[in-house]
Formats: sequence, C-alpha cells, structure tokens
Amino acid sequence: MLELKNIHFSVSTPEGVTDILKDVSITIPDNKLIVFTGPNGGGKTTLAKIIMGLVQPTSGQVLFNGQDITALTITERAKLGISYGFQQPPRFKGITVHDLLLLSAGEEKLSKDRCCQYLTKVGLCANDYLDREVDVSLSGGEVKRIEIATILARNSSLMIFDEPEAGIDLWSFARLTETFEQIHRQQEATMIIISHQERIIQLADEIVVVANGGIAHRGTTEEIFPLILANTMGGCPVLDKEENK
Amino acid sequence: MITDIDAKLLEKIADLTGKPVGAFNIRKDSGCEARQSTENIQITNKEDKPGIDIRIKDGTRGEVCHIPVVITKSGLSEMVYNDFFIGDDCDVEIIAGCGIHNTGCNESRHDGVHAFYVGKNSRVRYAEKHYGELNEKGEGTNVMNPQTIVHLGENSTMQMDTVQIRGIDSTKRDTKIVCEAGSEIVITERLLTHGKQEAISEMEIVLNGEDAKGRVISRSVAQDQSEQLFYPRVVGNAACFGHVQCDSIIMGEAKIRAIPEIAANHPDAQLIHEAAIGKIAGDQLLKLETLGLTAEEAEDTILKGFLA
Repeated sequence: MLELKNIHFSVSTPEGVTDILKDVSITIPDNKLIVFTGPNGGGKTTLAKIIMGLVQPTSGQVLFNGQDITALTITERAKLGISYGFQQPPRFKGITVHDLLLLSAGEEKLSKDRCCQYLTKVGLCANDYLDREVDVSLSGGEVKRIEIATILARNSSLMIFDEPEAGIDLWSFARLTETFEQIHRQQEATMIIISHQERIIQLADEIVVVANGGIAHRGTTEEIFPLILANTMGGCPVLDKEENK
Repeated sequence: MITDIDAKLLEKIADLTGKPVGAFNIRKDSGCEARQSTENIQITNKEDKPGIDIRIKDGTRGEVCHIPVVITKSGLSEMVYNDFFIGDDCDVEIIAGCGIHNTGCNESRHDGVHAFYVGKNSRVRYAEKHYGELNEKGEGTNVMNPQTIVHLGENSTMQMDTVQIRGIDSTKRDTKIVCEAGSEIVITERLLTHGKQEAISEMEIVLNGEDAKGRVISRSVAQDQSEQLFYPRVVGNAACFGHVQCDSIIMGEAKIRAIPEIAANHPDAQLIHEAAIGKIAGDQLLKLETLGLTAEEAEDTILKGFLA
C-alpha cells in the first residue's frame, strides 16, 4: 500500500515562492490501477516523482507498505519495488536495448525469449531492436516504448507511468493498453498511470484528478469521467466573452 | 620468459591467453620474446633500425597476426618501427597493443611507428590497445606516442580500433591515412584519461580516389584534471565521402578541445563533421537509479556503454 501524507512541494522563483503541491494526502491500495489526470501544470508529474524520490517534498511523508520512505534515495526505493517510466526518457550512446532490459531485470543474463516477451508487449520486435543502441537513431515513439518495456522487465510491485501514450502511434497504443489490462488482471502490481487518454482512463479502478496542486476529485471512472467531459472547454473564455458583448 | 605480469599485460592489450595461434611477435623490454611466422605471414627483423617487417602474401585470408609489446622495466624508453606489407585480395586481422607495468619512479616510454601498405581488394582489421599500470604509490610515468600511417590500395577496407582506457600518463597519437579509389577506412577511437593525464590525437585522412570513404568515430572521457586534444582532419580530393564524429564526456576539472576539420578540394567531395562535449546528462543518471543502480554504478554504466 502506498500512502502520501500532507505532501507539500514549493519552489522559489524570482516572483516569490510558488506552491506546486498543497497538502496532498492519498492512499493507494495494492494491485489497483489508478489514473492521475488533470490539466497541464496541475502537479501530476511532481506527485509521481515524489513517490519515486526524483523530487523531494518540501514537507510531508511517503509510506510504502507501512515503511516511511520519504528520506530514501531513488535507488533504495527502486530496490523496494517501485519503478518509474519517464514521460521523456533519456537516450544513451553505446547502451543497447538489451543492456537496458538486462539492467532493468537486475539479473546477470536475460534470455532473448524474455526480452522478446517485454518488447512484444510494447509492440516492438526483439530481432529488430535488441542490439540497437538507445540513441538518437531511434524515434521518440520507439524510445518511449523501450522505456515502458524496461518497467515491465523490472517486475516491480508499484509501477508508475508518466503519460505512456505520448508519442506512441495508434497501433502500438492499442497493444499497450492490452498490456496494462493484462497486468491489472494478474493482480500482482499496483499501477499509477498519468494519462489523458480515454482508453486508459476507462481501465482504471480509480481516477484521481490533480489540479492546482491538489486533488480536485477522485472516484470511479463512471463517477469522474462525466466531470472531466463537462469541464472540457471548447473555446477560449476571453474570446467567448468578447463575442457575447 | 613470459612471467605472470607479462601474461596479465598480454591479456589486457591483446586478449591473449597462452601461446597465440598463427603469426605473432611478442616484444618485451626492447627484445624479441617470441616470434612465429606462417606460410603466408612472414615476420623479420629490420636491419637498419629497431622493429619488424610483416609481409602478408596476396590472397591470405582468415589469418590473425599478433604483435604485442610489453614493458616491465621502469625507465625504459624505446622507438620502434613496424612496417606491414599486405598484398592484394587479403582478409586479415592484426592485433597490436602495448602494455606497461612500471613499478619504479621513472618514465617508461614506448614510441612506435606502424606503417601499413595495403594492396588492392583487401580487408584489414587492426586493433590497438594501450594499457599501463604504476606501483601502489602511483610513482613514475607511462608514456606512449603511436604513429600510424596507412596507404590503402584500390577497393580495400580497413577497420582500425584504438583503445586507451586509463594508465597512460601522456600520449600523442598521430594517424595519417591515404585512401585510393573505392577504398574505405573506418577508425573508432576510445579514450579515457584521469588524474593529470594528457592525450593528443591528431588524425589526417586523405581521400584521394573516386568513391573513397573515411569515417572516424571518436569517443572519449576526460576525468579529474586530465586534458585531451582532438584534431581530426578529412581532406577530399575526389568524389568521396568523409564523416568525422567526436563525442566527449567531460568530468571533474578536465579540459577537452575538439577541432574537427574538413577540406574539400573537389566539387563532389561530401564531407561532414560533428563534435560534442558535455557532462553526463542528469536524466541518464536518474533513469538508471530508478532501475536500482546506485549513482556510482549508474555513472560507471554510462561510461562503459559510451566507450564500448
């Protein structure tokens, strides 16, 4: 179980202190699929990064399976079973897809069959990709899918994905949602997915709407999805106002 | 006699364990420790200066020639000239390299000139590893100044891989390649300096013949207070293709200068150069840490991959 207690995160800017997250508390039970959604700049990614330790909260606590992990490093959290798929994954000169999967699995050897299994789940063929370097020769979508494959290879109990759909083509996206569905069915891991995609939102046990540095709403898809649609603005409020003058 | 220290050096620089198969010449402390010629590869002493001639017959295919150098006497300094005469239609591999085990407080130094005269339609793979070690107090200095000259005949190819990872305090590498029509040279250079080491690599590739190709991939890491200078030049004198890529990772208080130069003396010469120097990206470290690596392991993994 993951618990966030009274998380604050603020940054200093030339204009003064800006609060990114304001007193966020949330409990996420095991083996659930939770989608964080909400407007850009609302604090979703910061919240996810605080769970992984990529960002340290200004105050508050993060508890994982009852253990206070607030002061633990990223490495220590990874070893406890938390993994994180970056929205914009880095590239590595000289490091191959196989190398990355091997590092992710944390084993000395990783059979081609296992690699194939992970890559197929993100719509890539092991024969074409295993020996390729994760460098600029790969497209953004390819790097993104490899990133997700590394999370699958981690086999961790809490997987965080930051906008996994971004940059991925429709066909691969369909394959990816099947993979999320499959992991969810197995009931062996908790997934927190930051997403704006309807298909991913519909897979969720619970949707958490993060906006203005706090949790605006949370509930089932049936409860929250109509709210999201109702809040969708079709035009520009300033222009609309002017037109109605 | 090959001691344990020699054996360790030979493994480091030439992946040699036990007696090599095929032609070889093992040079130790300025003398010839062991030599073997084959029917197709003849190794003989030079008569006018230190060094050897290696003559590879036309049509020699699938043979490997090892010519490692080990220096175990502190303070030894040598200048060696090795000439390779490679015939037409060959497909051979030459593994050179120099290892210095310097237990004293003096300068141990190996300067070498390797000249290759490659015939037509041949394929040559040339590997050169440099490795050095000092005593526990880090006294003494290890110096290596290799000079490589290659004349690549029509439609021949050469893959040249040079590696120097730690251990050499000062190096000045000078490489000159001349490519005739249809020939191709691919040079991959890997270098890591640390402490107060200095490394200079000057390179000139002259593409003389039509459809000649030259590619340079240079990757280096400079740590601590070490300094590196790269000066690769490609000259296109015909309808040819040349590409130079210099990538460096800079760490600590190191300094790196990369000055790639391309010069076209023919309207159909297509020449490209790229050079980049930068620190290890923070997001690379973070990504590997999320996979369970410590910050040190992450840095090591990035450097190993970069220099692989």
